[in-house]
Amino acid sequence: MKPRSAVEQRYRGVPASPGLAMGALVRLAAHAHAVAETVESASAEKTRLEAAIGQAKNELAALIAANDAMGADILEFQRELLDDAALAEPAFAAIAGGAGAATAWRTALGEQIATYESADDDYFRARAGDLADLCDRVIAALTGATGAAREDYPEGAILLGDDLTPSRFLAMDWHRLGGAALTAGSRASHVAMLARARGVPLLTGLQGEPVGLAEEAVLDAQDGMLVVSPNAGTRALYAKRIVAAQEQHRRAQAALEHPAVTPAGQRIEVMVNVDDPGAVADEILAASDGVGLLRTEFLFIGRPRLPTEDEQHAAYVRILDRLGGKPVVIRTLDVGGDKPLPGVNIAAETNPFLGLRGIRLCLEKPELFRPQVRALLRAGINRALRVMLPMIATADELAETRQIFAACLAELRTQGVAAELPPLGIMVETPAAAIAIDLLDAAFYSIGSNDLTQYVMAAARDSGGRVAALNDPGHPAVIRLITHVVAHGQANARPVSLCGDMASDPALLKRLLATGLKRLSVAPAALGRIKLAIAEADPDHG
Amino acid sequence: MTAVTASVTITHPIGLHARPAVKLTKLAKSFAADIRLRGSPDGEWVDAKSIVKVMSLKLRTGSVLELQARGEAAAPALAALQSLVERNFDEAAVGS
Repeated sequence: MKPRSAVEQRYRGVPASPGLAMGALVRLAAHAHAVAETVESASAEKTRLEAAIGQAKNELAALIAANDAMGADILEFQRELLDDAALAEPAFAAIAGGAGAATAWRTALGEQIATYESADDDYFRARAGDLADLCDRVIAALTGATGAAREDYPEGAILLGDDLTPSRFLAMDWHRLGGAALTAGSRASHVAMLARARGVPLLTGLQGEPVGLAEEAVLDAQDGMLVVSPNAGTRALYAKRIVAAQEQHRRAQAALEHPAVTPAGQRIEVMVNVDDPGAVADEILAASDGVGLLRTEFLFIGRPRLPTEDEQHAAYVRILDRLGGKPVVIRTLDVGGDKPLPGVNIAAETNPFLGLRGIRLCLEKPELFRPQVRALLRAGINRALRVMLPMIATADELAETRQIFAACLAELRTQGVAAELPPLGIMVETPAAAIAIDLLDAAFYSIGSNDLTQYVMAAARDSGGRVAALNDPGHPAVIRLITHVVAHGQANARPVSLCGDMASDPALLKRLLATGLKRLSVAPAALGRIKLAIAEADPDHG
Repeated sequence: MTAVTASVTITHPIGLHARPAVKLTKLAKSFAADIRLRGSPDGEWVDAKSIVKVMSLKLRTGSVLELQARGEAAAPALAALQSLVERNFDEAAVGS
């Protein structure tokens, strides 16, 4: 029954994860476990706490295994905390002094939580939520509570509470729920990061708290508002906005299934950029026209040592085979002095973006480059491998690189190892390459619009304000260079693609298609919406 | 036994936060050496293998991290940790 007298109330909050939802407003089930314990003996309490910590570790391990990379990363922090003897030390000391296991644990963690809460930095303050999560998990194990509190909320419910812990967030079925509004929490919390990754609308720092629970509420995590008991006008407005957003999402998902074709009937190949193959779902690879850019840095950076030829070969073969015959463009190592590699000495440079990076570094350090070249030559046999060279500015660099590929090929064949020379293409990201593209006779071109824009506009992306505004890939100077490269490719039967961030931006799509580009490589998350934007790219509108 | 020392500036925009701290302690634990660190010249030395202690330093971007190691493979351990911090804990995006 709808309470007729309910007056619409609006509460402001901070949008921590954008989105809209309308549904029943439901308070989060209380999650605190009442602890009434009788202390038997210090040794029994010690054993109980050890067992509970052990159980919590197992639960975390199972959750980590069942979660995607981001959820796992967040839980990994908790596991590392739990593995650290320093965390439970004060609790065991309190137990030796006669305290019960639950009290000792709660007190010890409470002190840690208080330290984080008093930090003057948002980020460290937000870590209190991770510790509270860990505290609850061990307490639940101690009290024998199985799993979390009952989390059976009505379909589409908007949850209202003080805060959510990461493991509680991960345990909920968000496909059924509308979103959440929290009086505590922040954009920097792990729950906010998870909500953004999963597209769950989330408001934090809600100012004021509705007393009685209304049947209906609108969660506006775009503008930062919770509307309780919305009036007919508000309901109609949001109903329209929600339908439009859902429709857009549904159509983007549906667009994944089909090849991208413009309204004029032009087929556009849409490939994906891959940073770490482990983080890209098979469904996305299946819905793509191939991998337009595999960044190989994931094999080199963050490792205690450089990858061997065999390790690289295995990684390249794995991604090629996952694509089942669709082309995979593997870019050779693209780093500079700003991203040091284990055991590789690169002199510090005042401006690493104009320094020894990309192909320049690889040509300078053959001991770094040759294992990758050999691994690629071996991986390409009977597979649709293309190899792409970053930061090419001159024809000499291209020739020198070709010589290295030829020498490695001869060497492998002398050693009786099967190898095959893949098509060698280049990234077009230096203004020199874009302007004098006719001097660079490569098998294909892929425009790296991020670097090209920053070099053409002489403006870095990560600078603030005025400088960042100059870093505009839609500037005519950048668009004209793209058009120039595309025209050269078409005239010489060399495929041209574009793999920078601008390819993932539906707002820039029409301008890119107007340059004559017929192949794009986009972020995996953007594949559906770009395919949809292509299907709707009516040249006469917008 | 003499200690090997090194120092490195934290350039990660959020500082030595959860994910980087996990990477740092995990890497430290892969070495047998006793490794300590501190976040200011007069600060307390803490065990680099304890995430509780490392996070308690609340090191923000711009802090100079001092590292000290003793024992087996002390020098490679410090080099590896220093490199991890210099690489921004491998969290920076790779441009195309």
